[in-house]
Amino acid sequence: MKISRRHILVLLPAAAVAWKHVLAGTPEDAPNYKLSEHWWGMLIDIPKCIGCGNCVRACQTENDVPDGFFRTWVERYHVSDYHLENPEVISPDGGKEGFPAVKAGEEGKFFFVPKMCNHCSDSPCTQVCPVGATFVTPDGVVLIDQQYCLGCAYCVQACPYGCRYIHPTKKVADKCTLCYHRITKGLTTACCEACPTGARQLADLKDPKDPIHEFLKTHSVQVLKPQMATGAKAFYNGLDGSVR
Amino acid sequence: MSGVEGYMYPNEVTLYWSVLIVLYPYITGLVAGAFILASLVRVFRVQAVAPTYRLALLTALSFLLVAPLPLQFHLGHPERSPEMYFTPHATSAMAMFGYVYLWYLMAVLVFEIWLDYRREIVLRSQQSKGLLRLVYKVMTLGSNNISERSLHIDEKVGWIVTLVGIPSAFLLHGYVGFIFGSIKANPWWSSPLMPVVFIFSAMVSGIAGVMLLYMALTKLRKQAIDIRCVDTIAMYMFYIFIIDFSLEMLDLVHRIYEADESFRSLNFMVHTKLYFSQIVLQIVVGTLVPLVLLFLTQVVKLAEIARKRIYVLSGSLILISVFAMRWNVVIGGQLFSKSFLGYTTYKVDLVTKEGLLVAIGFIILPLVFLWALVKLLPPWPPQSKHQTASGD
Repeated sequence: MKISRRHILVLLPAAAVAWKHVLAGTPEDAPNYKLSEHWWGMLIDIPKCIGCGNCVRACQTENDVPDGFFRTWVERYHVSDYHLENPEVISPDGGKEGFPAVKAGEEGKFFFVPKMCNHCSDSPCTQVCPVGATFVTPDGVVLIDQQYCLGCAYCVQACPYGCRYIHPTKKVADKCTLCYHRITKGLTTACCEACPTGARQLADLKDPKDPIHEFLKTHSVQVLKPQMATGAKAFYNGLDGSVR
Repeated sequence: MSGVEGYMYPNEVTLYWSVLIVLYPYITGLVAGAFILASLVRVFRVQAVAPTYRLALLTALSFLLVAPLPLQFHLGHPERSPEMYFTPHATSAMAMFGYVYLWYLMAVLVFEIWLDYRREIVLRSQQSKGLLRLVYKVMTLGSNNISERSLHIDEKVGWIVTLVGIPSAFLLHGYVGFIFGSIKANPWWSSPLMPVVFIFSAMVSGIAGVMLLYMALTKLRKQAIDIRCVDTIAMYMFYIFIIDFSLEMLDLVHRIYEADESFRSLNFMVHTKLYFSQIVLQIVVGTLVPLVLLFLTQVVKLAEIARKRIYVLSGSLILISVFAMRWNVVIGGQLFSKSFLGYTTYKVDLVTKEGLLVAIGFIILPLVFLWALVKLLPPWPPQSKHQTASGD
């Protein structure tokens, strides 16, 4: 078969997309990764979230999260005449398989809120861990040393956001690691990579070239439960006041 | 999801602090309360309650020996618990547990009991035979000097140990209250009053526990109950219970009046899931009834037998009330979502590691320890000339 210029014009963009995808999955060598040069957080753009559940599935696959437990989940809020002040919130199986379709005639406003560990800089979970198995890394990620954790669940009680659980087989605390194994190799997190709309973006607050800086300067951004003063680093754009 | 009403964060559906964690503050409370009763004799010279002094110390020790077991059973990795001693995390309230526990066990309770019993231990090590002789020999720790001067020094040191023991008992239990009260994420727990409420409820439960044990064991020994002793104990129990109840009501009224964002959620919980354990058991049956009964004993001249029956009933209800209080704090604090939008349910397992049978075992075990300790170190004076039971 003779390949014409017309064929090439069609194939080239497809090949470029495929190549970009291959590159995205290849961890960069990061021998020069310096902890002190980063301060990681996450930008969550609520108007962009479509509640597809890709992030939840990607996280569970990437991190081998046990069924029934969640390192990240998505909530759907429904503000209607009936639920005007207190919106109805659902998150069936953490939103992993998306959400039930809105029924015909169901009025009101719907929006999705992805949730995850806020990687707080003054994290209550770190404060209460009796042996220091939970800690904040110098680049701002809250991690758990699962070889050291007692499984006392004090941190689970101390997290205001419900982000922690006790792993049912490992019997230790577990939660989002911000895909630390990926971000220290120059990749983004599994949830960010899987998000089709860019509603979740890994943010390096120490990197002046990171778009987060411009975003924070130009948008109304909020963190969850600011009254808890945890130094949360999951920044929400377009956060409704009813979200807890 | 079964047992869930409204919306819970998905990781909140499972409760991680079970009935065993209810037992932990309950047992340490009994320890602290029993010790405070003993200190009434030693430090505050309330001689009327002297018949319960040694029993109170042995009760405190029996329960203290069991106190860490519910925690050990609860841990996902109990084999790693020594790390709390070796690498404690300075900012964690829980990291203090090992040190507070060891301090209280070894520097206060065991030391005081040893000093108080040293004369008898030495005598028994000389008079007993066989294995028992060896046990008492070991317990003398090689100190066989029971001269007048030596016993006088014991008495002085014992007084100092008890003096140190009072703040230590407060520390032991106040610290347990702080573990809950310092969790800002949980509005049901987060309160500076929590450690104080824990201390006073601990005192009431420990005093009630020792009083009931004293009455039961005296009956079993077919001896007469020292009515002056139980009258005095009941009086202290009544006044401390009033303080405890006032503090709890202050907390409650403050929450109702302030009515912050968590109030609707917590209020709903108290009227539904916690209605029986909090309103019925803790407040009405376990607090108001014994308070009224004990009040009667203070203002009405009742017959001795009526007073004894009231003390038994009130003491039992107080033990139930304080257990219900621990339950409402620990379990209640996990029944509602931190989103304030939903509630989950706690069902006690029967035979699992954190189930009901294990919990019952941990309630019985201190009594087994107490039985052994009473056999080894009888708390009754050997020359006791009590009259036989007066037929009540």
